[in-house]
Amino acid sequence: MTPGSEPTGPCLFIRVPSQTRFLAVERALVRQVGLLAGFPPETVDRIVLAIDEACTNIIRHGYGGPCDRPIEIGVELLGAAGDGQPAGVTFVIRDYGRQVDPAKLVPRDVGEVRPGGLGVHIIHQVMDKVEYSRAEGAGMKLTLTKRHNACGPGNGPDPAAKT
Amino acid sequence: MDQTPGLIESIERLEEATVLRLAGDVDLNSSPQLRQALRQVVTRRPKVIVVNLGGVQYMDSSGLATLVEALKRIAEYGGQLRLVRLNPRVAAVFEISQLDKVFDVLADEQEAVHP
Repeated sequence: MTPGSEPTGPCLFIRVPSQTRFLAVERALVRQVGLLAGFPPETVDRIVLAIDEACTNIIRHGYGGPCDRPIEIGVELLGAAGDGQPAGVTFVIRDYGRQVDPAKLVPRDVGEVRPGGLGVHIIHQVMDKVEYSRAEGAGMKLTLTKRHNACGPGNGPDPAAKT
Repeated sequence: MDQTPGLIESIERLEEATVLRLAGDVDLNSSPQLRQALRQVVTRRPKVIVVNLGGVQYMDSSGLATLVEALKRIAEYGGQLRLVRLNPRVAAVFEISQLDKVFDVLADEQEAVHP
């Protein structure tokens, strides 16, 4: 999904402007991808939330507010050859905004009740793999993976994981 | 910021409570409307503010943050914020964020409007 590397499973790619009204479009896409990947509806809801939080963080922090700069979302269904059931899904979300130290992008203590800062916590709760890196040139790249058989906080009521 | 029309379906002032009824997704696009409406309601200092989320299918952390902000403002003057009619999808967002124990969540408006 990154330039120059061939994906191993079916993939798609969209670029949306960093305007809040496009968040609903992104959510609709992610919902369909989650269903296509074979996740149960409750897990799909959580994946939609996690990707939405990632895009929201780009708009708010990466670009400093809504504007017309790009958010790129690459999606790869993992280990899905032909019509087979995918093993999971990976999203690569890239922006061209502010670069920050990936080590600083960690969940905050949710025991402290205050507005803000919940997005990173939600992303970590839902997804099995969360990896921030500085993108080449400008901006950040966030790689998020959700697998069917992973054991983690994001794997709540997932019947597929229990079979 | 873009605005989603119609997030605030209605605001009803009762004797001791004010009820906000929402309809639509609460995300970064629409949460400013909720923040503005709650700030407006809070200035009148009702004993109870009820937010009816029965028409909300989706909420993100900006919606949660808006409600946490309101909760703190309302607590400052000794009022109460109550949430009613959370669908399972919205309730899950509160649970993931560990805010389900922080908010007073009730089944319906009738139960929630009395101090």
